[in-house]
Amino acid sequence: MKIALNGVSARHPAAKPDAPDAIRDLSVEIANGEQVAIIGASGSGKTTLLHVLACALKPTRGSLQLNGADPWSQSTSDLQRTRGKLFLAPQVPPLPPRQRVVTAVLAGRLPNQSLIASLRSLFYPSGIGLAEAALARFDLAEKLFERVDRLSGGERQRVGLARSLVSDASLFLVDEPLSALDPTRSTQAISSLTNGAKERGATLVCTLHQVDTALASFPRIIGLREGLLAFDLPATRVTDELLRSLYANKLDELTGAAPAHEDLAQTPLPAVMHCR
Amino acid sequence: MSDAVAFAALPDRRDPAWRIRVFWFVAAIVIAWPMFVATEFKPWVLVEGSALKSTLKFAGDFFPPKIEGSFLSMVARETWRTVAIATAGIALALLIAIPLTLISVRVLSISGLTGRMNAMPAAIRYAVRALLIVLRSVPELIWALVFVRVVGLGPTAGVLAIALTYGGMLGKVYAEILESGEPHATTSLLRNGSGRLQAFFYGLLPQNAAEITSYTVYRWECAIRSSAVLGFVGAGGLGQQMDTSMKMFNGSEVATMLLVFMALVWLADYASAWLRRSLA
Amino acid sequence: MSADIGPPANEVFRLPRRLFDARCKACWFVFGLICLTIASFVTLDLQFAKFFSADSMQRMGKFLAELLAPTTEASFVKKLLIAAFETLSMSALGTIMAAALGLLLALPASKTHDGDRARWRGITRLLLNALRSIPELVWAALLLIAAGLGPFAGTLALALHTTGVLGRLFAEAIENAPQTASFALRTRGVKEGRVFLFATLPQVLPQLMSYTLYRWENNIRAAAVLGVVGAGGLGQMLSFHMGLFQMPETSSILIAMMLLVAIVDLASYGSRRLMQR
Repeated sequence: MKIALNGVSARHPAAKPDAPDAIRDLSVEIANGEQVAIIGASGSGKTTLLHVLACALKPTRGSLQLNGADPWSQSTSDLQRTRGKLFLAPQVPPLPPRQRVVTAVLAGRLPNQSLIASLRSLFYPSGIGLAEAALARFDLAEKLFERVDRLSGGERQRVGLARSLVSDASLFLVDEPLSALDPTRSTQAISSLTNGAKERGATLVCTLHQVDTALASFPRIIGLREGLLAFDLPATRVTDELLRSLYANKLDELTGAAPAHEDLAQTPLPAVMHCR
Repeated sequence: MSDAVAFAALPDRRDPAWRIRVFWFVAAIVIAWPMFVATEFKPWVLVEGSALKSTLKFAGDFFPPKIEGSFLSMVARETWRTVAIATAGIALALLIAIPLTLISVRVLSISGLTGRMNAMPAAIRYAVRALLIVLRSVPELIWALVFVRVVGLGPTAGVLAIALTYGGMLGKVYAEILESGEPHATTSLLRNGSGRLQAFFYGLLPQNAAEITSYTVYRWECAIRSSAVLGFVGAGGLGQQMDTSMKMFNGSEVATMLLVFMALVWLADYASAWLRRSLA
Repeated sequence: MSADIGPPANEVFRLPRRLFDARCKACWFVFGLICLTIASFVTLDLQFAKFFSADSMQRMGKFLAELLAPTTEASFVKKLLIAAFETLSMSALGTIMAAALGLLLALPASKTHDGDRARWRGITRLLLNALRSIPELVWAALLLIAAGLGPFAGTLALALHTTGVLGRLFAEAIENAPQTASFALRTRGVKEGRVFLFATLPQVLPQLMSYTLYRWENNIRAAAVLGVVGAGGLGQMLSFHMGLFQMPETSSILIAMMLLVAIVDLASYGSRRLMQR
């Protein structure tokens, strides 16, 4: 999928009215099948940018074009169809704890499944082999019928990535895919992701905290600083100097691990009183 | 499948959970079937000719609700009686619950200060707890049935029924609340030679007063609901009038009383929520 | 500047606060409560004299003495078992129907995400509140007209009241569920129904089940007494035998009720433990 951002600004709907937009005046073009890493310190607007690309957030200014058409000027049903062609993988893997891995992975196919087929899949998963093949790419095939809450944080994150492979999306938007993975797993996961996208000719946009991984695995790097475009260069031309100015006063993030994002705690049961 | 997935799927494995699912599905049907039979589950009787006709006639009478002056004043009087039965019942329940709680709370035991309680006080505590369990495990409606036989129709039976059941409930929950807190203040008072009641009023009660009051107010709200229901066995109040009107198929009277009852429940709900909020 | 005035002669500030000053919320609260209680006792023409009279005390004593000797006659025990199963079925089916109906009504009654307009929220919540505020017994008395005497009316009555209770609890559980999973599906254009089935429901299901089991414990108690108005089960037997002053039978019925309640409590506790695994 081809992407064109033209002077886009966006903000989170829950942001304070006097806060500046999370991304400002961003103009970027990404060609069909390209693989791009977005880097930047935390709070630089990486996630907001992904949400704009995923049509989850409407730009406050500027225009977004996917395959040459503005999704926000489409009819609702066309917009939904466009969204079905996108795949957003949030940083916290979006998996219900009590669901089984196979169901969680196959949920990636929901946009192009009929209602009947998806209901039947709740009783007997249809496409077990597909899910297993996707999981095998992330070395998780044996966890196929486990429950999600029995997995470790890293395994959950990889299940979330495996879900992208069963979808027929043509644009992958992946937010911090490595935040819970150790270095070996990281390398494997990122290559499964890039290969998966390459095989089907899908575009891949990935935010990353690990700058060295980004430089090693992605041909093109976009740097964001405080919501503004800092640079947009081939990986070979990203210098240490550029990186140091990108992370200006957050140098520890350049070398250290990504800030941990713990799973949302289970909301407590509201107190119920019964008259007996 | 029409998905354009770029990589080859593996052959489908069998879902290991399938058999278990089928088993539970069959088991559910096997268990539920006799239950449907036992409850004479025949939804079609609802729409059969004669039953439907009388239902429709009864429901049709609901509108307009009866708003004649004398009837309304009677409803107002009975509504007040419903509230009064609940309030008096709770007051008597407190008379039952407070002494029993004081006897059964372990924190106030003097012999328990040094470790194990003596045999005699321990036996009394167990006996009181057993009494509380018996009181609250008999539903108030059954107490009411008994008392209606003894003292005749009227609010006395309702008040007594609520007093007994709610006395048991309050006693149990009070004891739980009092024992769940930090006992330090109370035990040190007892160790310094103060009496049990003194230790209760100066140590235990101030610590737990808010929670106890809040629970009591909540129970009062519950008592209003049940005092309305008790009327159906002849214990006075709104329920008794509702029962009479239903037996006479008087839809418009029933409608008025249902509306009044719903308003009463909502009012009690709000009052109790407000009271509990302002206590917190 | 106040140094030369000296301490006030009568030390006003040391006096305890006046008991009934206008700000003393607790005092007014207690005062109101005492008034309400006194008014209740005064207006109710309670016949405690009659209750504590030798005559009725004697009758109570006789009642209680007879209650201590339950009957164990085989034919009666068989009838008792049938009625107990009827009560159990009423509570179980009523609860299951209420859970299904409550879930169906909880969907329009909840606002699942920021963009959800939730047009039906107000009206569905009103309906749920109305169902909830009418007690089971009143529902049963109303439904006797439509469904006739018997356990079917009782089952429906339990189902209607419990629908109101569970529907509201379910709606709150759905609204409070974590949003990440449903957000991921929603951004991919998946329709609301399937977002619920694949993301929200698996998250809240344990909570919904435990609410349902709690309500079942409540409903077995309610089902036991519903029969008093003619809605079948143990309650109907109870009011029949008590009406005839057959105390040994009454006693057996009461024991059966308590056993049934204890069994259901145990089953519900066990299944909740099982679900936590």
